[in-house]
Amino acid sequence: MRLGLVIDLDVCVGCHACAIACKEWNASGATAPLTDYQPYGAEPSGVWFNRIRSYEVGEYPNNKTINFPMSCMHCEDADCVTVCPTGASYKRSEDGIVLVDQTKCMGCNYCSWACPYGARELDRESGTMKKCTLCIDRIYDTAMPVEERQPACVLTCPAHARMFGDMDDANSAVSVVIRERGGYQLMPELGYNPTNHYLPVRKAKPIPTENLGKTGFKDRLKGIANRIVKR
Amino acid sequence: MHPAFSVIFFTVSSGAGFGLFALLVLADLLGLGGGLSTEQKLTAGIVALFLISAGLSSSVFHLANPKNAWRAFSRYRTSWLSREGVFAVAFFPFAIVYLGLTWLNLAGFDWLRVAMGIAAVMLAWITIFSTGMIYACLKTIRQWNSPLVPANYLALGHFLGALLLLAVASGGGVALGPYISLTMGLLVVAAALKAIYYFWIVNPGATSSIQTATGFTRGTVRLLDTGHTHGTFLTQEFGFKIARQFSLLLKVIVFAAAFALPAVLLLIAQPSQDNLFMVAAVAILGIVTERWLFFAEARHVVNLYHGAQRT
Repeated sequence: MRLGLVIDLDVCVGCHACAIACKEWNASGATAPLTDYQPYGAEPSGVWFNRIRSYEVGEYPNNKTINFPMSCMHCEDADCVTVCPTGASYKRSEDGIVLVDQTKCMGCNYCSWACPYGARELDRESGTMKKCTLCIDRIYDTAMPVEERQPACVLTCPAHARMFGDMDDANSAVSVVIRERGGYQLMPELGYNPTNHYLPVRKAKPIPTENLGKTGFKDRLKGIANRIVKR
Repeated sequence: MHPAFSVIFFTVSSGAGFGLFALLVLADLLGLGGGLSTEQKLTAGIVALFLISAGLSSSVFHLANPKNAWRAFSRYRTSWLSREGVFAVAFFPFAIVYLGLTWLNLAGFDWLRVAMGIAAVMLAWITIFSTGMIYACLKTIRQWNSPLVPANYLALGHFLGALLLLAVASGGGVALGPYISLTMGLLVVAAALKAIYYFWIVNPGATSSIQTATGFTRGTVRLLDTGHTHGTFLTQEFGFKIARQFSLLLKVIVFAAAFALPAVLLLIAQPSQDNLFMVAAVAILGIVTERWLFFAEARHVVNLYHGAQRT
């Protein structure tokens, strides 16, 4: 089994709900707490497992805003695990999830240097490295209804931009969608073979912004009214 | 990369210590310059062990959770950081027995002294190499992912060691000629390797870009929003940037303090022991600057997600 996420960049609206749900669940989860530094101060910062960045791709008028959620990719060739001197970082053989044993970590930061995706963050309060657990304390919890045994970020996403499943099963929903939509891995040239995949933006015609044709009678009337009525 | 002082001090100090010890044993076994006196061997040995211990304890200060530091000896099969610790600790018993037998000068035990010395030299070399490989094995930092990095660590450690050994030897009783030649030879090798490294990192070949990081390989990609209000662990650890002008100035200081000053003094003047220790101290400061630059100029690929176009 090779569990991981598929993130659909075509529908992600960048609402940060996945990051909030992640923080909410994991603040009391397996590697809790996720310490915040100055949460109400001038320089708020803290530990997060999931961060969303936004990029502009292409040149105007053929440009598009892409919201880009990133968490641990649970790589097949995870250098963060091999460089760890204490054995605190490990990859589970049964499902491929990469975890940090909080009782063994000495906080040397070396695994975060080896991670190209910025998935690992040091908790200054506990002095240990923390990272996405793929909600290991949800997905195997038999006390929960079956449909809720998914990572918190996946359950909460209002746009259904996140999918969770087994990449080793060629017929799982995630494998099918990767195949059909051309799902890809980030920075493949580094050879980490990340499990998480991203679905590219669907092709769409650019929205015309020039030469929109003559304005009609109604629009001309509106224009006159707009000039008369002061707002 | 954020240049952390504890790691800078650790790599410079332990590198110089292992270099000094390796050269001390070699000079002793080969009888360089007529052979060092027992006091000189012990002085050099104790200085080396002090530098190594100070460096190793400094590395512990870098840890956020030092109570688990003992676990770092467990993963030597995959981790260069673990190997560095294992070899550094394994070095001590051989080095101490070698120094002890040198001090006692027992008849009939010279074979053991030689064997211990050779084992200590081997472990010193392997440890410096491991220190370099901690950085060189990271695929995420192109400026470090090069065989030049362990080569630099070995050359610089031995060069500083040779300077210190020369300073100890200048106390009298030995011909200084071979020690000056040894120092000058290592100085040339270390300076040349460092110059090649600085030349190479200006354009280290194909690197990851913001396009390969995001997967939008057919167009321009610009960062609109990082998604955090203030800094994060990632910006603190990897966001450090150094102005090109400033790094150039520091490179001049590195070459002036660590290489040019000792070379001029050794070739022209006949410096006294005090002056030689002073030169060694200035050279160490030069290498501390070099190590600071080594971290400051390293650009981690995670910066691509924070808007850098290339690493």
